[in-house]
Amino acid sequence: MSSTITSVADPARFLRRLGEILPPARVLAGPAQLAAYESDGLTAFRTAPLAVAVPETQAEVIALVRLCHAEKIPFVARGSGTSLSGGSTPVAGGLVITLNRLNRILRVDPAQRLAVVEPGVINTAVTLAVASYGLHYAPDPSSQSICTIGGNVAFNSGGAHCLKYGMTSNHVLGLKAVLASGEVVEFGSASREQLGPDWCGLFVGNEGLFGIALEITLQLLPRAEVFHTVLAGYRTLEQAGDAVSAIIASGLLPGAIEIMDALALEAASAAVHAEYPPGCEAVLIVELEGPREVVAAQRPQLDALIAASGPVEARPARDATERAAIWKGRKSAFSAVGRLSPDFIVQDGVVPRRRLGEALRRIAEMSRAAGIRCANVFHAGDGNLHPLILYNGTEPGALERAEILAGKILHMCVEMGGSITGEHGVGLEKRDYLATMFNADELDCLHRLRDAFDPLGLANPGKMFPDGTAPALAQHGLHPLEKAGLISRE
Amino acid sequence: MNAPLTPSTLAELAAAVRSAPRVLAIGARTKPRLSAVAPEVTLISTLGLNGITEYQPDEFTFTALAGTPLREIAATLAERGQYLPFDPYLLHAGATIGGTLAAGLSGPGRFRFGGLRDFILGVRFVDGTGRLLRLGGKVVKNAAGFDVPKFFVGSLGRFGVFGELTFKVFPRPAATLTLRLPVADANAATQILTAAAGARWEIDALDLLPSADAVALRLAGPAAALPLLAAEILTRFPGDILAAATAEALWADLRELRWTFTDGPLLKLALTPAQLPALATTVRTHAGRLHVTAGGNAALVSLPAPIASLGLPALTLRGPGPLWLDAPTSPAIAAAVKTALDPHNRFPSLAA
Repeated sequence: MSSTITSVADPARFLRRLGEILPPARVLAGPAQLAAYESDGLTAFRTAPLAVAVPETQAEVIALVRLCHAEKIPFVARGSGTSLSGGSTPVAGGLVITLNRLNRILRVDPAQRLAVVEPGVINTAVTLAVASYGLHYAPDPSSQSICTIGGNVAFNSGGAHCLKYGMTSNHVLGLKAVLASGEVVEFGSASREQLGPDWCGLFVGNEGLFGIALEITLQLLPRAEVFHTVLAGYRTLEQAGDAVSAIIASGLLPGAIEIMDALALEAASAAVHAEYPPGCEAVLIVELEGPREVVAAQRPQLDALIAASGPVEARPARDATERAAIWKGRKSAFSAVGRLSPDFIVQDGVVPRRRLGEALRRIAEMSRAAGIRCANVFHAGDGNLHPLILYNGTEPGALERAEILAGKILHMCVEMGGSITGEHGVGLEKRDYLATMFNADELDCLHRLRDAFDPLGLANPGKMFPDGTAPALAQHGLHPLEKAGLISRE
Repeated sequence: MNAPLTPSTLAELAAAVRSAPRVLAIGARTKPRLSAVAPEVTLISTLGLNGITEYQPDEFTFTALAGTPLREIAATLAERGQYLPFDPYLLHAGATIGGTLAAGLSGPGRFRFGGLRDFILGVRFVDGTGRLLRLGGKVVKNAAGFDVPKFFVGSLGRFGVFGELTFKVFPRPAATLTLRLPVADANAATQILTAAAGARWEIDALDLLPSADAVALRLAGPAAALPLLAAEILTRFPGDILAAATAEALWADLRELRWTFTDGPLLKLALTPAQLPALATTVRTHAGRLHVTAGGNAALVSLPAPIASLGLPALTLRGPGPLWLDAPTSPAIAAAVKTALDPHNRFPSLAA
């Protein structure tokens, strides 16, 4: 059972009333102005909205949502537009509410180790603002230098450190939000404990279907004192996978365990001039972190495990610069793939970690059978795969063939007992696959929850659930910001 | 009140929910106030739903039926060098994994990596219409669908009956070391809790003891590192390193709530360290006892007799008195969500 918009909206009246909330300079409605908002990080889909609103205050956001509710106009909240699942793709005839100007860090409490921020605050800005207290904000999606906390909350973003530290949801202590009905709610508190059900936990990852977060209370962690980061090259992906299994079995709990395959390495080395051990089918990155005494005690154990795993070469980072270089290569891998191919789809599936090797073999087979190149970058510690499916959008049918391969990979993930998304969310891209994970009763339960928060179905309709109007597939290349080297995908 | 229903399969659990107009699940009843509801409510015991259904040490995950005792899970994990990082209470008292999730009770060790909400991955549950549903997932990372498993933490069984739960686990640290840091009063304790929580030491547990005269600080990690960290901590906060057996007894007594009054109310609170001194004063006024855990973010209060208020919202886990003191206000959306999961109000409300 899905929500439907029950009466015909009046766009002209809506735009008139929009002008009563925001000055003309902060309502974008011309075709050229709207063009920049037609798509997000999932560039294969685009739709022009009715208008884009640029609020600067929480009161304005609340007024906008209430207006949408009164006029039955759908709305899509947008931060920096880096969603890889099409989460902030506009809805035709709907309003886009951009939150970039709500970018204030409202409060930092170093004693309680928290920050209260508005949704438009950039992910890395939080860590920058609290670094002087020796604290940091743990979730680190690859787009962290540009993506916003509001978007991270809506899609429960991950990153490279999820095995040990969890996802965005694990770091949100409280939030204030305007629900699709216009009701303003406050969930959670400044405490790390809660009484009663976990409303915050339910809200994070709602993919914009419940409403818009206005203020988010983030837990901060003391910054790890030292790191021990090792990059190891292997002849085969299997060997790299075996090394991961050995590390996991050893009782160590690294902060990050990442693998890049040969094609991803080729792209990354071209993009950031990183030098990887030659002749390797895979590179493994493992990082220990913690107090210096702890890392000193664990370092020999990790080094011995890696030495025993038969690498071509293992390179520990000798200082912060070398560590940064290792991570730069890893985090740039996605957009670097743009150098290998005019277009690509970033997939995001999860398989049980012990089946990573099998999953990669099957992806390679499917990729060969389809005649489509596929690079792999993945969070090996938590079984989160990111196959990058390369295609040329100017070739007729190429995108459709790439989408078919992407779909096969997702089916494989579910069949192996994993998930269709580890951290990008379902969004627009994977809504047709939600039913591979959940049966009709379970989907009904999710629908009922959505209807509870948004009875009119106005908040980001068409995402997560396979209903609503699908925007057109568009055959075009990188996101403009990606071309400019400002963002990367993960 | 009739004897509780005792399903032994998930299908029977769903049938049990459908069999009566008003139902509530119970586990081992180690937090009996949470299920002390009106006599017309049919109780469903989950104790027949017992067992670990899946354990993959190399995935850091396990799945267990809701009535599985925590001590069985902890023992199985320990055989493979793993543990429950949310450090549940009442392990030896027989508490079940389902009851622990419903009560939202994470123990002192949650300070390091987080509580139940940070380790729950998936749940099979029966909703108020009697349907057996599975939400969340079985892998350590998953962002598909709304995070209903997390919502269920602390939900008191009022939104669904748990049948089977999947959790993330971690490797057990190689060694632990506990420091006892004497404090003159709650203000001094607050200062230590705050300063230590922000320091570089990666503390495992940080509690104000019910004796009110010391902070207990536990380190966990490689054996070689811990004495070095302890030495530095003791230069900042005077105290002693406890002998291993003493430390073990200290944490076991806290975990099993052996410091509490037998008959009076036992309450759980969420707080911040800044609220600790006032709470300590209130508890003392009522001749009660206070265990502050999670670096000053959670507290258990044991009182000789019921009182009207502790100045902060509190949930009664056992003993006499109302379920809530100063009940937290429910958002208006709460009623709509309740209707979505339990349209016929088959489960009691959060208020009772």
